[in-house]
This record gives sequence, structure tokens and C-alpha cells, in this order.
Amino acid sequence: MQKGGLRYLRTLSWWDLLAILLILAIVIVFGSTAHQMTAPFAISEQPRISLSPWALPAYTLRTTIRMLIGLAASLLFTLIYATLAAKSRRAELLLLPILDVLQSVPVLGYLSFTTILFISLFPYTWLGPELAAIFAIFTAQAWNMTFSFYQALKTIPDDLDEASRCFRLTAWQRFWRLEVPFALPGLVWNMMMSMAGGWFFVVAAEAITVGRLRIILPGVGSYLAQAIATRDIPAVGWSIVAMAIAIILCDQLLFRPLVAWADNFRFEQAPVGATPKSWVIDLFRKARFIHLTVKPVRQGLQWIIRSRFSLSSARNQTAVTGVLKRRVTGFAWVMLLISALLYTGWKFFVFSQPELTLSDLGIVLENGGITLIRVIVLISLATLVWVPVGIIIGLRPRLSQQIQPVAQFLAAFPANLFFPIAVFFIVRFHLTPSIWLSPLMILGTQWYILFNVIAGASAFPGDLREAGAMLRVRGWNWWRKIMIPAVLPYYITGAITASGGAWNASIVSEIVNWGPTTLNGSGLGAYIAQMTTAGDYPRIALGIAVMSSFVITMNHLFWRPLYAFAARRTRLG
Amino acid sequence: MPNNKIYPVLEMKNICKGFAKPSGEALPVLSDISLTLQKGEILGLLGRSGSGKSTFLRITAGLISASSGEVRYCGKLLNGPEEGISVVFQTFALFPWLTVYENVQLGLDSLHLGTSEMHERVMSAIDLIGLDGFQSAYPRELSGGMRQRVGLARALVIHPTLLLMDEPFSALDVLTAEILRSDLMDLWTGHQLPPMSVLLVTHNIEEAVLMCDRIIILSSNPGRITAEIPVRLPHPRSRMDTRFQDVVDEIYSILTSRTTELIHAQIQTHGERVEPLPGVSTNLIEGFVETLANSPYNGKAELSELANELTLEIDDLFPIAETLYILKFADLREGEIKLTENGLLFAKGGTEERKKLFKYHLLEYLPLASHIKHVLDEREDHRAPRIRFQSELEDYMTQGRAERTLNAVIAWARYAELFSYDDNSRTFSIIPVSAHKA
Repeated sequence: MQKGGLRYLRTLSWWDLLAILLILAIVIVFGSTAHQMTAPFAISEQPRISLSPWALPAYTLRTTIRMLIGLAASLLFTLIYATLAAKSRRAELLLLPILDVLQSVPVLGYLSFTTILFISLFPYTWLGPELAAIFAIFTAQAWNMTFSFYQALKTIPDDLDEASRCFRLTAWQRFWRLEVPFALPGLVWNMMMSMAGGWFFVVAAEAITVGRLRIILPGVGSYLAQAIATRDIPAVGWSIVAMAIAIILCDQLLFRPLVAWADNFRFEQAPVGATPKSWVIDLFRKARFIHLTVKPVRQGLQWIIRSRFSLSSARNQTAVTGVLKRRVTGFAWVMLLISALLYTGWKFFVFSQPELTLSDLGIVLENGGITLIRVIVLISLATLVWVPVGIIIGLRPRLSQQIQPVAQFLAAFPANLFFPIAVFFIVRFHLTPSIWLSPLMILGTQWYILFNVIAGASAFPGDLREAGAMLRVRGWNWWRKIMIPAVLPYYITGAITASGGAWNASIVSEIVNWGPTTLNGSGLGAYIAQMTTAGDYPRIALGIAVMSSFVITMNHLFWRPLYAFAARRTRLG
Repeated sequence: MPNNKIYPVLEMKNICKGFAKPSGEALPVLSDISLTLQKGEILGLLGRSGSGKSTFLRITAGLISASSGEVRYCGKLLNGPEEGISVVFQTFALFPWLTVYENVQLGLDSLHLGTSEMHERVMSAIDLIGLDGFQSAYPRELSGGMRQRVGLARALVIHPTLLLMDEPFSALDVLTAEILRSDLMDLWTGHQLPPMSVLLVTHNIEEAVLMCDRIIILSSNPGRITAEIPVRLPHPRSRMDTRFQDVVDEIYSILTSRTTELIHAQIQTHGERVEPLPGVSTNLIEGFVETLANSPYNGKAELSELANELTLEIDDLFPIAETLYILKFADLREGEIKLTENGLLFAKGGTEERKKLFKYHLLEYLPLASHIKHVLDEREDHRAPRIRFQSELEDYMTQGRAERTLNAVIAWARYAELFSYDDNSRTFSIIPVSAHKA
């Protein structure tokens, strides 16, 4: 490790050349695009979006950069927020519920608020609208990453915790040597999921209208919006192709290497069969010159990670405060939180008083009911289709290895790119919008059910399968007694994501345009979208609040108990 | 650095440790433990699981603090992990993402050493412990034995004054444990290790006798010191040595007499039905009773002999013996176990007779079982929620122990068909589960 560096000095290999080219290409391309993002901006002069396919690569690149910046911001947020929540009981009491609410708030819902906020923060430059779009991506990506990191921090194995305390690592050393590595595999997986969710929102966030304010950011999303406005089906097709290429590149250049690298941090000490591979990582391993040049960087990082950054040694002063005192302060803290909550609620009530009436609440609840029915029906339909399919695929290792990446790709693909095509047919054949627009909600999120079920079925123990075969359990019994219970926890994980995603998607799918034609399927999503276009803030807020409460209620009353039940039932011992 | 010549390496005075119950009172885990560890000594702390010996070790490591009492390390009050104390963990506690070299180096991160000195110390620890050539391996590539060698090297690299070992060989198979133990003792007796004192926590009697200069026996619930046995045999020690065997037998007889005393003491202090029960499966009970009833034992055996013959550790053996004693299927005295009349009947009977006999003994000698039966009989629907009994038990024991005790009773009652239990609704009933599910 330390020695033997000289041996590599001899030659620059072809691998180095390739690797350098790859890096240069990425730097140049991203650098030049990012530069334009900070150009001056005036609300009156919007950029013209060209529908030429040749303009698309640049647009896609911009979209991708927004995604990556959002991802970086999410990562930073995750490391700080989750650490705070996991380290301090008081903070946890506040931060966890906030996170729970945040993740159930429809991302596109508060885009209207944040856009105004960022434009007023950074007037006269493109930075404002750009940041608003990036913030939308951030809100789509950050929460599940934060939860994953928090979970990891809370489940650090006792023995490693004790070992690091015995060696008196400082909080800083402990963070980088124990906590981050332990959380890494889960975090990378969640980043991948986040990125998949993010594409949907970046496309939706690039072209928005809030009241009289119309924002168009050059990107795939605005290209698509332009194509819709001019009823240009080929352009829609081109945007789909461009997005597909972008997603594949991101996967190959970013996530494959990350997953392969994160595999080194798996906690299970037993060797496993297949380790994830990445050609990019292989390439850089072979590139010796690169190795040599990044070595100082690596050593620098190592040094930073291993530095103590603490004046006194990390001494866990086990506080000897009495139980009573702890309880009193704990109680005071809870009371403080509750009163803050009540105050905010009261403020909101007063603020909205002249605008909103009880009948508004009635309308919103009714619309919420419509969307709720849609979500339930669609999730049930997707379940009926994808659970059996997923099980059949998952039990065939060969097949599932081929299908799994496809399902993940489909989940990552922003379904809103397909909306125009569906809308085109609805308009063409005069179909009822309130029924035929519904499937759009689940177009993108149903794949979560599929790939989770595939994962569950492929993890099904071989001996149980053989036992089932020997006992000749067949037909309906085989599904009911063997496979469905076996994949249930996996299915539920997927279904939670799918239903959350469906609520989010309702904002863009319940009401759609095709050129001058507007199809309104009605529902809470349509309501929020309409109010956003009208710039009616109290009603946007009301819509968001009601939608969030629907999602939270559904999670707490339905999905979580179901998951707990399934997890308990499938556990042995 | 305090003067080591004047102060003992470790001095513990009246250590108590309790964990808070939901009601706010503390449940004692360790009670009034005082001991001194001299320089250059290997002290063994022997106890069954639940004797709080791991808790004790964590207090000496500064990982947790005692509820009362004081710990002095080289004369200085200990509050938090201290330089010069290192721990070898039962589960190795290696960082999977660090190589062998980096894992060992981790111990030195808190010391301010130069790069070359650090490298030297890591390499010499790796050499010493026989890990040469494995520096760049990740823990997952190593066998259990090699992993624990890394754990040892990591603990030794800081040149500790006090080495704490928490059942260091119990996660390894018998042969590997033996090799590691003898390698370590060779280094110790050959004075190749840095000068230090060792506190070894173990439940393996022979391991304690093989390695220690002095053995302290802890009783369970709460853990307190019951006996202190000096071991004055020269190293290397042999199991074949009769003096070695004498020490082992002495320990067994101390442990058995403490077990029986404790059961009686608990019944007397808490009244009936609140003794914590070991979760011993009825298969194990049946197998054990049968073995004991047949030749060569014919109903009577030395526990140390049985342990050897059946390769049972005390954490396996004593719970069975204790269960048989509580249920009056066997008698325990001075390291010897002897089946009672009904015990012999149980051994000879077929499944039905066994179940009947077991049911009778449960009702007669296990107050908790008869209590639950009684409650179910009294109630109109013959059902009662688990929480009712659980909270009764939690007045006297930790939540985990109450849970285990209740699970043990459930398993035995199911075997005896005394009452049944539905884990989905968490209720007891005396109608069989199948009948009311349909």
C-alpha cells in the first residue's frame, strides 16, 4: 500500500490516456455549460427554445448538471441533518417528524413558492430560477437519502461503536472512519433511487408558470414544453431519446462505479457471490499514471479523515443528570415544539382567513378523495400485474439479471416525457380525460413495485422453493402460501414508493395540455396545478397541506402497520 | 503518568450497576463488586450469561459508567476510555472496510506518532501475532481465527497497560480457539508481549483455569462475586494434570451450590412465580434426561464430566440443569446432578406419559405456569393478553429477561399442552389455537 509507488512511474499506459480523455471531456463539457447558468436574466426576455434535435444535447446536459448539483446538495444536507438527528435526542424529536412531513409534501406543490423566493433572493441573474429548479430536484432527492443515513447511524453495530470509543477516536475521525463507511452502501443505493426520482421533477420544474411569472430554463423539460405547445410529436420522440441516453450515461459513468466502490463497505463479513462491477472503475485501476497523480490527493484526504480536529480527546462524559431532571427538560422541549406548531397553524389560519372559506376546504377534500381513489385503484392494478410478473422473473436468476436493470431504467425514466403521446391519443379518440388520464400517474412509479418484487423473489431461499416443489404445492396455493408471503415485505417497500410517487405525479398528470387543448381529469393534483397557474397562493398552500396529510395518513395508518406485520411474519426466530 | 509501582493497575470499589426499569426504579445487574488487579497478573472473571460480566468489562474499559462505586486505573479515577486500556472483543469488532493493516493502525490514530514509528509499530504487532502477509487483506477474506488475531494485534499495538478480553475465543470453533489461546499464552510466558495486566471475561471454565493466575466467580441476577480461586499451576498448563482437574471440579461445585442457593433465595425474597427462567427447549430437556438416565451415568453424573462428554459449555449446561432442578426432575449438589424418581420415569416414558408428567410438574413446581393457567381458568373467555403477565414480571426483572422467561413458559406449556399462545394477537388461551382460528 505505502510502498511500491515507484514501480508505476515508468509508463503512461493507453488506459491513462483513455481515463484522462474521459475526465477532460467531462470537465470541459460541464464547465462551459455551467458558465451560462449564471448569465444575467430578465423576466421579460425568455430564451427561445429551439425544437431542432441538434439543440437537444446541450439542453440535456443542462438538465443533467442541475440534477448533479441537486444531488450534491442533497448529499451535503443528508450528512448534516441526519447526523444532527441521530446524535441529539432533542434534535431528533424535532427533525424526524419534519423529515417525515417533508417527504410527503408533493415536490411540485411548493415549486411555486420556491421559485418566487429564489428569484427575489437573486434578482437579475439566471441563478434565481436555476436555484429554484435545483431546489425542486433537491426536495425530490434529499429525504430518502437522509432517512437512509439516519437509519445507518442508528444501527451502527455495538462492537464497532465500542471499538472506536476504546481507541478514543474524535467525533470527526469517528464520522469518517466508522459512520460514513457503514452507511455508504445504503446511501449510494438511495442516491441512485433519488436520481431516478429526480429526473421526473427536473423535467417538470424547467418550464413553469406561476401567476403572471413564466419561467423557462433551457433543458429537456422546456424543450418538451415547447414541443407540447406546438404539437410536435417528433420533437417529443427526440426528447425521449436524449433523456434515455442521459440516464444510461449517468448510470454507467456515475452510479455503476459508485455502487462497485461502495461494495467495499458492505458490513457482512462473509464473502458473497456476485460483486458489482464497473468498466469505469476497471479503467481507472489500470490507468497507472492517474493512480500516481491522484495519490497525493488521496493521501491528503486520508490525512484529513484521520486528523483529530478536536481540542480535547473525545471523552464520552456520561452525563450524570438525574432521571427526573432529564424528564422535565424533555417534557419542556416537547411542549415548546407543540406550541410552536400550534402557533404556526394559527398564523396560517389568520393569514388565509380573508381568502379561504370552509367551502374551499370542502372542494379540496373532495378533489383529494378523487385522487385517493385513483391512487388506490392504480396501485391495485399495478399490483395485480407486476407482482406475479415480478415473482416469475425473480425466480429465474438469468432472466432477472437481464430484466432488473431494465426495470430500474424504466423507474428512472421521467414518465412525463410520455405524457404528450398518451394525451395525443386521448384527444384523437375523444376519450374521457378523468378516466384515461389516470394511468399517467403511475406510469413512472409502477416499476418500483416490479423491481422490488423481483429482488424479493430472487432472494427467496432455494431450500424453501425445493420444499414447496417436493410437497407438490401448486396453483393458487403456491402463490398464496409460498410466494406472496415471501415477497410481501419487498412488495410493500416498492408499493410505498409507488404510491408516494403517484401522488406527486398527480400534479402534472391530472391536468395536461396538448397545444391549445387542455384536458382536465379533476382531482387534487389538478387543483394544485390550476391554482399554481393562477398564482393563488393560499389555495396552493391548502392543496399542498391536504395532499401531504393524505399521504402521511396513508403511510401511518396503512403502509407502516402492513410492513411491520409482513416483516414479523416472514421472520424466522 | 501516575506511578505504576505504587498503584495497582486496576482498583474497583463497590461497583454497582443498574438499568432503569420503565417504572423508573433501577434493576441491579451488578452488585457491590470490589477487586484489584495487580501489575503483570491475568485475572479471570468467570460467570454464566446474565451475570453481568460483559457489563463489568465495559465499566473497566470506561465505555459505560457504574451507577455507584469507583474505578481507579493506575490510581487515577476512570471516566471514559483511557489511553493504555485496550479491548479484545468477542465479535472481533473489525472494520470491514479497512484492511488488516488499517484496522491495526486504527488503534494508533489517537496517539500522536510519526508516520515511520506508526508503521513500525503496526508491522511489529502484525508480526508478533502471526499475521505476516495478511496486511492488505480485508476482514471478510479471513477465517474467524485470523480475524481474532487482527483483533489481538489491534489491541496490542498501543502497548496497553491493561488488556481487557471479552470472551475472546468464544466465537471460534474449539480447535481454532485452542490454538489462539496457546499462541497467546506462549507469547505471555515467553515475555514477548509488552508488560501489561490482563482481565479475561469468560464463561469457559477450562479456559479460565488454563490462562489465569486468579479466577473470580460471578453469580447471576444480579452479578456479585461469589468466590475467588487462585490458580498456582505453572505454565504451560495441561488438562490432563490432576491438579488442573481439581480446580475445574472446585469451580463446578461452587457454581452448582450457588445456582441452587440462588433459586431458593429468589423464591424467598420475591415470593412465588418470579424467578427468571432459562429458555431451554423441551428437545434439549428430553435428550439430556435420556442421556443421564442411560449408562454409563444411570441417573447420576458429575457436571464437569457431562460437559466434557457432551461438549457443552456452562452456558448450555447450567440452564438445562437449572431447569431440571426447578421442575424437580433432578437434584443438584456439589457439582453433581442426579435424576429424581419422576425424572427417571420421564426418561422411560413415551411421548404421552412424558407430556403428562411434564404438565404435572409445571403446575406443581412452576408457580408462573400455574398462575397463568389459573388466570385463564378464571376468565370467562379463557383468554388473557401477554402484556398482563409481562408487566407483572417486569416488576422483578429486566424487560428482556421477562420476555425470555415468558417465552420459556410458553414453549414448555405448549409441549405439555397446558395452554396455548397466539403470537399474532399476543394472547394466551386454553382453547387450542387451531380451534378458534377456524
